[in-house]
Amino acid sequence: MSGFDKVVNSYEEAMEGLQDDMTIIAGGFGLCGIPENLINEIKRRGVHGLTIVSNNCGVDGFGLGVLLEDKQVKKMVSSYVGENKLFEQQLLAGELEVELTPQGTLAEKMRAGGAGIPAFYTATGYGTEVGKGKDVKEFNGRPYILEESITGDFAIVKAWKADRYGNLVYRHTAQNFNPMAATAGKITVVEVEEIVEPGELDPCQIHTPGIYVDRLIKGTFEKRIEQRTVREA
Amino acid sequence: MSLTREQLAMRVAQELQDGYYVNLGIGIPTLVANYVPQGMDVMLQSENGLLGMGPFPTEDEVDADLINAGKQTVTTIKGSSIFSSAESFAMIRGGHVDLTVLGAFEVDVMGNIASYMIPGKLIKGMGGAMDLVAGADNIIVTMTHASKHGESKLLPQCTLPLTGAGCIKKVVTDLAYVEIAEGKFWLKERAPGVSVDEIIRLTAGELVVPEVVPEMEF
Repeated sequence: MSGFDKVVNSYEEAMEGLQDDMTIIAGGFGLCGIPENLINEIKRRGVHGLTIVSNNCGVDGFGLGVLLEDKQVKKMVSSYVGENKLFEQQLLAGELEVELTPQGTLAEKMRAGGAGIPAFYTATGYGTEVGKGKDVKEFNGRPYILEESITGDFAIVKAWKADRYGNLVYRHTAQNFNPMAATAGKITVVEVEEIVEPGELDPCQIHTPGIYVDRLIKGTFEKRIEQRTVREA
Repeated sequence: MSLTREQLAMRVAQELQDGYYVNLGIGIPTLVANYVPQGMDVMLQSENGLLGMGPFPTEDEVDADLINAGKQTVTTIKGSSIFSSAESFAMIRGGHVDLTVLGAFEVDVMGNIASYMIPGKLIKGMGGAMDLVAGADNIIVTMTHASKHGESKLLPQCTLPLTGAGCIKKVVTDLAYVEIAEGKFWLKERAPGVSVDEIIRLTAGELVVPEVVPEMEF
């Protein structure tokens, strides 16, 4: 295949080059649209001192939560971490650092990071703990705080379909943070449910163009549901 | 009698307007969706990337790839759209959402809100709440007027870490509907059967009480 073919054949190959103390940006919201198998590969590799940028940290025993079991995570940058007992234990014991970041600011930090914008002003968090120590500037009479963007050594992403060139389509709300994460990694690794040949996806319907993607692998997924809520038929 | 959770949601639902895009927080705010007046179209925004959220799915419809911001399985309605988190917060932070309803631990006379953290007790995170209160012009806070121990949640100054500064103008509690302006609470309505004296007793921040305080109507 040509130089645009991003497909790799093993998870080991997919995460090749991952080292201690690296920063990883992960897509997903709760357990929805998370790169399950790439996370498991990070666990298998046993790297430590990781900084992980992700809206949440999975749950005990699944998703990013598994990386806490062997204390592989040094720092989490997240908006909400309330679903995880091990997380709370390590946080209270001082073994884990957390940088609570408003969800929209987190999404924008990834987006800006991937777009080559080093920082941006936002009203979110002004006058709160989040704004402490940050540069404040008024625009049209309203104060804004300066937030720095984020890039990662790796980005790990879950999409639905891809072609071999790494053009991606997400499914339903499994999209969430994945498109921004995909832009913000020095090495962006994507796992998908189906890989098709270039030309088989409608160019108008691509969510993430292949230019952002370095490695692509087809996986199988458990897709665990965090809050199964149903109504009577 | 103080309002039930359902009555609180019903009172908030009276603030909806036809054609509104609305973000409902977790808890009582979520219940507002059950009381959208008949014949009125509103579209619910879920900040994980869904505009046009439908009811919970039937067992057959459950899809792990379709959840709301509370991580619950949901459905879409006709005319919905799905997008990234950055797009979702562009809507929120860009002021495109018509009404935001959220819960709180405390509000104060300056319109500050504390809703995400109790130091030493609760370390969960703010999720999208800081973006929602900073981005929306029209925000309604719903909560109980006082704690179980009778401590007011409408304060001269918030004691907990803030979610947002100077952004809250309307509060619906189980006892009253209160507006915030000029560094004061303004009593607008009382829950049916609740006395003005009780509201005064359970409001720690300065409260302006008009001569006549109408009862909420349902």
